[in-house]
Amino acid sequence: MSLRRPAKNQPETFEFSSSSMEEANKIVSNYPEGKQQSAVMTLLYIAQKQNNNWIPLAAMKYIAKFLDMPYIKVYEVATFYTMYNLSPVGKYFVQVCTTTPCMIRGANKLVEACREKISDKENELSNDKSCSWMEVECLGACVNAPMMQINDNYYEDLDKEKTLEIFDKILKGEDPKPGSYRGRLNTEPENNRKTLMDIKNA
Amino acid sequence: MPKLKVNDIEVEVEEGLTVLQACEKAGAEIPRFCYHEKLSIAGNCRMCLVEMEKSPKPIASCAMPAAEGMNIKTNTPFVEKARKGVMEFLLANHPLDCPVCDQGGECDLQDQSMFYGVDKSRFKENKRAVPEKYMGPLIKTQMTRCIHCTRCVRFATEVAGVSELGAIGRGEDMQITTYLEQSMQSELSANVIDLCPVGALTSKPYVFEARPWELKKTETVDVMDAVGSNVRVDTYDWEVKRVLPLINEDINEEWISDKTRYACDGLSNQRLDTPFIKYNGKFEKASWSEVFKIIKSKFENSSKDKVCGFVGDLTNMETGYIFKEFFDRTLNNNNYDSRSDNRFLDNSERENYIFNSSINGIEDADLIFLIGANPRYEATILNARIRKAFVNNNTKVISLNDLGDLTYPYKNLDGQTQTIKTIFEGSEEISKEIIRATKPMIIIGESLLKLNSAGHLFNLIKNFLKKNNKFTDDWNPLNILSCDASTVGNFDLGILNSEKNLLEELKSNKFEIVYLVGQDNLEFNKKDEFVIYQGSHGDKGAEIADIILPGSAYTEQDGYFTNLEGKIQKAYKASYPPGEAKEDWQIINELAEVMNNRKLFNDKEELESSMFNYIKLQQEKQITENKVQMISDFMNEKLNIRIKDYYFSNVIARSSKTMIECNDSKLNIKSTGTEG
Repeated sequence: MSLRRPAKNQPETFEFSSSSMEEANKIVSNYPEGKQQSAVMTLLYIAQKQNNNWIPLAAMKYIAKFLDMPYIKVYEVATFYTMYNLSPVGKYFVQVCTTTPCMIRGANKLVEACREKISDKENELSNDKSCSWMEVECLGACVNAPMMQINDNYYEDLDKEKTLEIFDKILKGEDPKPGSYRGRLNTEPENNRKTLMDIKNA
Repeated sequence: MPKLKVNDIEVEVEEGLTVLQACEKAGAEIPRFCYHEKLSIAGNCRMCLVEMEKSPKPIASCAMPAAEGMNIKTNTPFVEKARKGVMEFLLANHPLDCPVCDQGGECDLQDQSMFYGVDKSRFKENKRAVPEKYMGPLIKTQMTRCIHCTRCVRFATEVAGVSELGAIGRGEDMQITTYLEQSMQSELSANVIDLCPVGALTSKPYVFEARPWELKKTETVDVMDAVGSNVRVDTYDWEVKRVLPLINEDINEEWISDKTRYACDGLSNQRLDTPFIKYNGKFEKASWSEVFKIIKSKFENSSKDKVCGFVGDLTNMETGYIFKEFFDRTLNNNNYDSRSDNRFLDNSERENYIFNSSINGIEDADLIFLIGANPRYEATILNARIRKAFVNNNTKVISLNDLGDLTYPYKNLDGQTQTIKTIFEGSEEISKEIIRATKPMIIIGESLLKLNSAGHLFNLIKNFLKKNNKFTDDWNPLNILSCDASTVGNFDLGILNSEKNLLEELKSNKFEIVYLVGQDNLEFNKKDEFVIYQGSHGDKGAEIADIILPGSAYTEQDGYFTNLEGKIQKAYKASYPPGEAKEDWQIINELAEVMNNRKLFNDKEELESSMFNYIKLQQEKQITENKVQMISDFMNEKLNIRIKDYYFSNVIARSSKTMIECNDSKLNIKSTGTEG
């Protein structure tokens, strides 16, 4: 919740990179003439992806001008939704699920790992400013609990050691492999499936 | 038209009206916070819940369109319970600080909680606290009190046309704020204070000044611009505490400009409260009989053509009329004028100097062409109407000059008089647009009338409109946008001198005695003239005066004003002139008595009836007689729109501290470059 107010230190300017611009123009062209403002949410998300997972005020102004709408309207949208980060969260933004199924399967160990490796407090940048973490509500991967999300990827079936390994990798700048960390394929049972054996492509 | 039943009373309402409006028509009062007649429907406060037959839940009457056969109940225990529930939620987070809240006594929440409030709270959690927000020098915020009705947000977006207010965050964390807490850049901003149903937005200059029930309320008209907004002046003892809008659908609807509302503190600053005489460059207090004696001897010792008089921009019509009578009857000369600049005026017909299409007519117009006028600063309320026309009918607006943000889009031309000429000679695309339009409006500002070729252009425009049959029985496309409250009134009274150019003569110091009544805008280098200044405030006019006669401001005397449409309205006395100051007409009447041993008028009534007779005769004369007009030659020039500094356009505004603060807040925005 605390990320829904703009950060104190703001960059002076913001501009879409050429790839973002291309993406933005594509989205805007989906809407009829005069209704471009409908693209505001996607554009904010594009800006967030481009700018290390957070949206500076300059980006809101830029988007407002881009879509020809008042600044306050973009600001309203950006402050309303929790998935827009209004202050820096680092290049790697870790969201640990702590809702009941994950909690029962040991999500608090993941949180411990976060505290050890990244930062003592939630929503606080790591020492090298590349990473931050926060607890979130259910991310919908309860079968593979406990789990966490780093940027766009899910890391599942974790325990404390595996989590620490992942953090080591990302702090070194590598991209760890997403998915199950106990060798499961998606949400299949461990040690092969036990039902529907006669159907090949089930 | 749908027919429905409200509390068993059958009502028939127009298509498109809401259940709430139908209930009002049936005489059932519905409590509300977010609903407002002049704004779009939000339906978020839920206070207007009513029971509808066949609906298991109560319905929000403000957002439900009235339909055939509805059976609405507004007074059942079910409705009361529903509203009590809503009220309990609203009060859950509302502080109990009514004793220190400026809204107390005129607070919708306070009033309605008398009916629907529960006497104890079941809310055991911590109350929400919201930090105060900066919204400029006029609006004080106490956002903890906010109930999120979003009236202010809708007003700013829809009526004022500046989308600067918004609701950020969500749920319990929702807060109303301007973008990054900048001050609101609108001349209508303070209307959100009236709209706020609770004490979240209150008036900063009026903070902790008085309670509404202690104030004496006088319904009157405003003189800050020529629109003549209807206002209510609230006074405590002698002091004008605040000015609030009155509803007049033909003029200001429900809004007034910030200047109208907040220049009132200028009524207690810089006042002239006793007659003064200048000895050796210093003003010394004097008595009325002394100054009258000096003036008499001065008048007697100079020839009558060496005397001239000017009436100012805030004087009421009675003053103007008795001033004219004083010159005509007591001094036997006609060296008087009400214009402070060389503006073109052809007063042979009244339509040549008024806003003929009327303010209401703006909403019917299909094309508006602004020539030399900036309505946002010259007539803020009128500009809000143009915006309303744009929002509702998508009215096309063209302006000769680039005027910056007018709160609605417009097409701007190059600002050359040559362009006006080509357009009204009929060869341009815009000329055809004007011809095609059924109800075009040409709004001519004072900046055009001050040009050298104003007469030529004015007649060109008028003839073009005449030739193309744009003058019909129910439409007159010619509109003059005057800026000052007394301009049209003075023209109606004929306070003009069309034979001589008094201003030029004044500038070349041809006069011995200059009598100024509230006239502070004259630019001339004083030499040996003896200047008599009669007025309310010590401003430019009083500075050059040799004798000062303290007069009254618009809140201190009854007086008529004619607004730019030519509507005559009376301003009523709300307070008393300070010190020894007198009402303006009285001063001139007494001066006439000193001069001739005879008053001009026995009392105010005689003055009024004589004045109305004169106006009537004048208008009859205008119909029968058509004077030969002086037409200047055309020359190409750049039309610069010269508006007076918005916050300092007259003596009252110039004496107001609040107006200085407003001006500063705009300057700060400009200098930091955060405006865009």
